[in-house]
Amino acid sequence: MYVAVKGGEKAIRNAHRLLAHKRRGDRTVPDLTLAQIAEQLSLSVARVMAEGSLYDLELAALAIKQSRGDLIEAIFLLRAYRTTLPRFGYSLPLDTGDMLVRRRISATYKDLPGGQLLGPTFDYTHRLLDFSLAAEGGVPPERPELAKIDDDDAKIPRVTDLLGQEGLIEADRPAGETDDGDVGDLTREPLSFPADRDLRLQNLARGDEGFLLALGYSTQRGYGRTHPFAGEIRFGEVEVEFFAEELGFAVPLGRVQVTECQMVNQFQGSAKAPPQFTRGYGLVFGQSERKAMSMALVDRALRAAELGEEEIAPAQDQEFVLSHSDNVQATGFVEHLKLPHYVDFQAELDLVRRMRREWQERQTAEAGDARQEAAE
Amino acid sequence: MSALDNTARADGSEGSYNFAYLDEQTKRMIRRAILKAIAVPGYQVPFASREMPMPYGWGTGGVQVTAAILGSDDVLKVIDQGSDDTTNAVSIRAFFEKTANVATTTHTAEATIIQTRHRIPERQLEEGQILVYQVPIPEPLRFLEPRETETRKMHALEEYGLMHVKLYEDIARHGHIATTYAYPVKVDGRYVMDPSPTPKFDNPKMHDMAALQLFGAGREKRIYAVPPYTRVESLDFEDHPFQVQRFDKPCALCAAEDVYLDEVILDDRGGRMFVCSDTDHCEERRTAGHRGEMAGEEIAARLSAGHASDGEDGQ
Repeated sequence: MYVAVKGGEKAIRNAHRLLAHKRRGDRTVPDLTLAQIAEQLSLSVARVMAEGSLYDLELAALAIKQSRGDLIEAIFLLRAYRTTLPRFGYSLPLDTGDMLVRRRISATYKDLPGGQLLGPTFDYTHRLLDFSLAAEGGVPPERPELAKIDDDDAKIPRVTDLLGQEGLIEADRPAGETDDGDVGDLTREPLSFPADRDLRLQNLARGDEGFLLALGYSTQRGYGRTHPFAGEIRFGEVEVEFFAEELGFAVPLGRVQVTECQMVNQFQGSAKAPPQFTRGYGLVFGQSERKAMSMALVDRALRAAELGEEEIAPAQDQEFVLSHSDNVQATGFVEHLKLPHYVDFQAELDLVRRMRREWQERQTAEAGDARQEAAE
Repeated sequence: MSALDNTARADGSEGSYNFAYLDEQTKRMIRRAILKAIAVPGYQVPFASREMPMPYGWGTGGVQVTAAILGSDDVLKVIDQGSDDTTNAVSIRAFFEKTANVATTTHTAEATIIQTRHRIPERQLEEGQILVYQVPIPEPLRFLEPRETETRKMHALEEYGLMHVKLYEDIARHGHIATTYAYPVKVDGRYVMDPSPTPKFDNPKMHDMAALQLFGAGREKRIYAVPPYTRVESLDFEDHPFQVQRFDKPCALCAAEDVYLDEVILDDRGGRMFVCSDTDHCEERRTAGHRGEMAGEEIAARLSAGHASDGEDGQ
């Protein structure tokens, strides 16, 4: 077994060959294509793009195929690829008010300008296994008729903007404006604490869905309550624009699908601010309402200090949340325990043996003392 | 255009990556952090650590430092647990062979850059050599105070009382300091520094070392350094001076004393042997004719076969 640990090179090569073999699985089953993954496992692809911080359906599908469906491994593959890409500059802020909306719901109003658009959702489905899907080569479901959206209706105002007209909710800052002037970039500068909201949102946007879900959930159960309402959740396509210096105007680069969640939270007001609703914000690549909503809950919880609220819960603690949200970092460090540690373990062995010896000696000495006392 | 088109080459090689993987802008950013770290010995310099194609916690900090300083005429040695052929050392060496096409070696004396995890080579390092440590948790105060905002303040104020209290409590409870690795040091009389999880046996080697010592922590995004010939003192008390581990026996293969040994379990009846953790050092000694008490046995041949060695020693 010792040689197996030390005999590195060949063993690694063989292990990787075996992995490739296992990844392919039974050769009588057809090979997965990237198009199949991108089309039929699109929510997995969305998650990998979001947490991998790279919008590319094809590469995300490739990562999922290569990782045998292990999404954190796929996210890692995408991140490692992303880091090698040159940085040309920053796109203009997305205008989600101008989204080509596929789904839009509000839990705060029964009806509102633009209406409630259910779109493709698992909501209200009965979670019964559909055995008809198990049959291969079945008849594809009928293509639903899509409502025509004429240009006048196309603009669907954001619920928070409607609230904002009455001054009932804190105002959004102008796009790109932050406390310290510039929007930070946590992929280019190391995160330092306390982190402003721009960097916190970046961290949450690429943070682990499960981690944010649990933290968001904890705020609902009393660990840093924020009294949230789902003001609006919208999913659809937005145009990404890049300001080209040479041309002097913005050029469209393409469209990305995003899910946006605006949480509307109660706020009692303070000496400085009148009572009004406050915001928690979530924005994620692809369709991922769970992640967008969790992100919005955690974003609002992390604003505790800014709003003068008591900081008592894990979700309000920015060092705790931001330092542990990244699943690529987390999985690497947890799994690094698989690496050999025998040099340090040897040092601990030595210490434990010594401490046990000293303990034995003390016991023997004490027993001797006790005997002597008894004899006296 | 699909991103797939410009990444994979027909022959499957990774030809489109830059020398030593990282792009030049990133390397410059890392070099700036390294220069600052050298200028302020023992101070943890934040840097914009990148995702690397190996997991965090597996040496991404060391790999980024090495990638930033590596030139085409460098000779690279990579060790993990003192050995050149533990799996992770093999993987990192192969990474630089592939992405930088540099010469690699297992011989400490031949290397210009040595990337290490958990050990400092036994052979004394020389001027011009650079030792790059992989660091998991760069903050020596982390397990006393989990908050970065607090620990940075403590460093700034040179407020290290907490660490001394911890060491004192060890003595009060056990009669001696119960830290065996990642034993804190003070660099140039100013910053308390984590030497990475090397056994404290190696701490004295850091003091006044002729080689430059660089420390990279990728996940935690910190780089720190000990310039050549710098004072590095292990924390202790006048009446409880710092002591390193001692082994009862010499290396069973090369008979070396005053080296760090690995314990190898031979059977399930309590049989064990102790051999050099630094495999290159052990091989060199055996080539020079040193023989330990088990050098002639089958286990010695098996251990040597595991090493990436071209020597005929250990027979």
